[in-house]
Amino acid sequence: MSIAANPRQFVIRTIFISMAIIMLIRLFFLQVVEDKYKVMANDIAIFRKVVYPPRGAILDRRGKPMLYNERVYDLMVTPGSVSKSLDTQSLCEVLGITTQDFTKMLNKTRIKSGPMRKGVFIEEMSAQQTARFQENMYNFPGFEMAERFRRTYPRASAALMLGYIGEVSPDMLKKEQYASYQQGDYTGMNGLERSYEDVLRGQRGVHFLERDNFNRPREPYKGGTLDTQEVAGRNLELYLDAELQELGEKLMRNKLGAVVAIDPKTGGILAMVSAPNYDPNLLRGTERTKNYSKLYRDATKPLLNRATQAYYQPGSTMKPMTALIGLDVGAITPSFGYPCAGGYYACGKRIGCTHTGGGHAANLRLAMAHSCNSYFVHVFRLIADNKKFGGVKNGVQAWHKYCNDFGFGHPTGVDIPFEMSGKVPDSNTYNRMYNGSWNSCTMLFVGMGQGEIALTPIQLANAMCIIANKGYYYTPHFVKSIGNNTNDPLLKKYHEKHVVTHIPDTFFDVVAKGMQDVVEHGTGTVAKMEGIEICAKTGTVENKAVVNGQAMKMKDHSVFVAFAPRVNPRIAIAVVVENAGFGASWAGPVASLMIEKYLLDSVSSKRKGLQEKMYNANLVNKYTYVIDSAQRLRDAARMQRREDEKRIVDSIAFAKDSIKAMRFFNKYYIKKNK
Amino acid sequence: MSAQSKSIFGRLDTLTLVLYLSLVFIGVMTVFSVEHRSTDPSIFMMSKNHMKQFMFLGVSLFVGLIIIFTDSKFFSSFAYLSYTIGIFLLIITIFAGVDIKGSHSWLGVGAARFQPGEVCKIFTSLALSKFLSSPDTNFQTLRHRLIGAAFALAPAVLIILQKETGLALVYFCFFLVMYREGLPNIILIIGFSLVALTLASLLVDRLVLFIIITALTAAGGYLIRRELKRNVSARILLVGAWLVCILFSQVMVPVLFKYVLQKHQIERIYSTLGQDVPESYMKAGQKKDEKKGNVSDYNVKQSKIAIGSGGFWGKGFLNGTSTKNEFVPEQHTDFIFCAIGEQFGFFGSGILIALYVSLMLRLIYLAERQRSAFSRIYGYCVASILFFHFAINISMTIGLAPVIGITLPFLSYGGSSLLSFSILMFIMLRLDSDRQVMIR
Repeated sequence: MSIAANPRQFVIRTIFISMAIIMLIRLFFLQVVEDKYKVMANDIAIFRKVVYPPRGAILDRRGKPMLYNERVYDLMVTPGSVSKSLDTQSLCEVLGITTQDFTKMLNKTRIKSGPMRKGVFIEEMSAQQTARFQENMYNFPGFEMAERFRRTYPRASAALMLGYIGEVSPDMLKKEQYASYQQGDYTGMNGLERSYEDVLRGQRGVHFLERDNFNRPREPYKGGTLDTQEVAGRNLELYLDAELQELGEKLMRNKLGAVVAIDPKTGGILAMVSAPNYDPNLLRGTERTKNYSKLYRDATKPLLNRATQAYYQPGSTMKPMTALIGLDVGAITPSFGYPCAGGYYACGKRIGCTHTGGGHAANLRLAMAHSCNSYFVHVFRLIADNKKFGGVKNGVQAWHKYCNDFGFGHPTGVDIPFEMSGKVPDSNTYNRMYNGSWNSCTMLFVGMGQGEIALTPIQLANAMCIIANKGYYYTPHFVKSIGNNTNDPLLKKYHEKHVVTHIPDTFFDVVAKGMQDVVEHGTGTVAKMEGIEICAKTGTVENKAVVNGQAMKMKDHSVFVAFAPRVNPRIAIAVVVENAGFGASWAGPVASLMIEKYLLDSVSSKRKGLQEKMYNANLVNKYTYVIDSAQRLRDAARMQRREDEKRIVDSIAFAKDSIKAMRFFNKYYIKKNK
Repeated sequence: MSAQSKSIFGRLDTLTLVLYLSLVFIGVMTVFSVEHRSTDPSIFMMSKNHMKQFMFLGVSLFVGLIIIFTDSKFFSSFAYLSYTIGIFLLIITIFAGVDIKGSHSWLGVGAARFQPGEVCKIFTSLALSKFLSSPDTNFQTLRHRLIGAAFALAPAVLIILQKETGLALVYFCFFLVMYREGLPNIILIIGFSLVALTLASLLVDRLVLFIIITALTAAGGYLIRRELKRNVSARILLVGAWLVCILFSQVMVPVLFKYVLQKHQIERIYSTLGQDVPESYMKAGQKKDEKKGNVSDYNVKQSKIAIGSGGFWGKGFLNGTSTKNEFVPEQHTDFIFCAIGEQFGFFGSGILIALYVSLMLRLIYLAERQRSAFSRIYGYCVASILFFHFAINISMTIGLAPVIGITLPFLSYGGSSLLSFSILMFIMLRLDSDRQVMIR
């Protein structure tokens, strides 16, 4: 054989083997020594899919849904999988669109998400489209339906209280509170959606999926062993009575104002109306931005929650509190009377009283029933100037303390965000206003709820709870239980009993009787109902608005506070109707009808007429729009001025720079050339 | 003559057959692993490539059987005729070829398609073996050497005309065979030097290269200065070498890049070398920003990621995240080695390379034990073709060579490739079984 004869075969064998060795060395470095390729392979091939659990629903006290997730379908398309033989005509017929639209939409999807990935073709298909498409789906490869949940308000009520969700903005993401959120996540922006975000949201799940070269997720990575399961959001059960809420909203239709009804025994809010109301379904999905700016521009300011954010002087509804303070301080006794003859003259200037008849303020009950201004102004002066405090400044300070105890001047702590604190004046307020020289005459209006005091409707309603409960209250709140658990730690602070004053029960009884007289034969007879002892107080609040640079007196606010029944009260309510007139004429009926609805479950046929009248009344004054547009003009002018100022500053800076440059130029360049 | 008494199957070389079958089996499994999804209803889906490959394997084995029952003298007598047919097919393809993925090298008959360039390797091997083994041939003469080279290069030229440069390069492997049959050593050395020079002229600036070559020549001249003084031919040789180098690097390579090679080939070569395509080589209409992050760059990167992520033991069968999710393009054909590298790691890749090397070494062993020159030369042809495919294919997946589309023998999906390699193997087995017979 010739094996020994030819050495060249060994050369060739050597070439083969050395090539293999070179490859093995290279592979060893690539696979064993280098680590970066493993990381890169994981980065490109593993897709971290965040799974959003369904958000919790919100139910009323009877379990009726106020806010839940509605199933909607998007039509998705993978442009690359749409076959050329697709029957475009019939698809268009099924979907009810034109062929031109079809081409346009398909191109849009293709541009947005590329040819190989699924993109949204039609967002939120109508029920008809869904049904028809589902039937014919097999004819249209490349198209499929994707299920999605959308927040829906089936009763379209309590918009501001329930709130809405929106995408987290980049600014919010910077805050620690939103650390667990990502761009594109939704979060509660207002109302209960915001306050109970953590409860409603649940816990997101993370699933690891393998993905392919077009970024399409495929099968679970390592069989899903690394995944975290999502936890569904919990439901909220409210104290809110959906029917009462709806009645309130209907009664407040075409009016500005607020209604707050609270169960004094628990602090649970039975109804909260801020008028004007809007359909919360407007603020969801794709239409939100458009509708939001529309609502924002509305002159009646529907986005302002008047129940917790608007300031009103309480007017005569302050009188029960003034009486209680007077009694507790010892300034008066229940039998104390004041000889009012239609006005209060002790401080020089006349303070009007609607009643002139002698003896209408012969004792506390009578004065309360007839809402005698002179009587309560006098009581306030007696409190402020009480010898016990030694000086008016200390007296006002003591009165201020009492007011704080009644829940005025600080937020009540209700479980919806952006509550305002209200204003209660103290000595410092007047020191500032009058440079220290003032006495009880300067500010005696406060006693009858006018002047420097400003409260939110929820504070008024809460004060009614305190009177109804004879000295204690629970923080007003909406949520009764979270996921049927009344003892959730989040609700602990609402189970705390706040005993705020130690005014004896007898004084409360006197005031309550006086308030009952208001309804029986006083200023608030409109609220009278057979079989129920209602304790109430009317209020007619003088108010001013700035029009054309002048403070103008506007039509009075109609205010009404009440609780019922007198013994063992079940509802406390505060109603404010802006610029409507007497307290008894507009706010009274609202409160009365709502009390009747809540206590007796329906409005009696006798009072249907009153109800109709309230439904149809339009109390939004024309000047609301005038004032609003004037305000907007002023704002625009202010903005303009600010911008002008900035421009001037900029141009001056610029001119300075150019002058400097010119000097520099002259100094170093022109001189040299000379 | 005891071997002759055994049956034809008994005389086939068992080791070669085992190596062949194991490689083919690995191939089918790898194609399967690349395509299989856990969502697939069954593994026997005729639409899937691995089942098609299985079918091709059946066809290949059947053709192999036919070859085994053919008379061994048939191949040498059929050699020139087959070569003529092959050349004819290649010429037809230039005009009647079907375009598949930018190459014009496929002939289509109905739904079936095949690549004449792939099959022509067999014919060229047979014809070259026939020519070299002919008693009239004296391979020591320049004329016969040129004829031998022409046998190998004629199909290559025709294939280049079909824009399938990768396949054409394979035909250069016949120089290895011719080297065995007596081509001078210097040719091998010159061949390697040319490759080195080509790479250098791509990587180094032209002027710098000129200076380097001149300096090297001067240094070489200084080292053999005595020889230069004594011998005129040494002087001529030195100056000649210098001239050739300069000519090659300064003229040949630029011309080749500017006028011969396609845009994608230039990009592939440069991307493998980790360089951007210089502006002077950019084709008309090619934008500047196109040069980076191009397709072939992506292929090599993904391929390296897939192989590199395999680690020592690999991710396990059907667990390759890169290959399963189609990050590597062409991963069931040209880049099938990625699937091995990712799923079986360094361990599996090493075994695969060992299998290939054993097969090639076995083929050389078989070749060397032939009595007839025809069989020996043919054996070398098979080994060389295998080597070229194997070396270039794996090198390009791990970034050692430019991405040129040639298959990994026995593993890559594709009927043409599997069938032609099987025929090559079975003819060799058949010839080996009659190794005592003189074949002319």
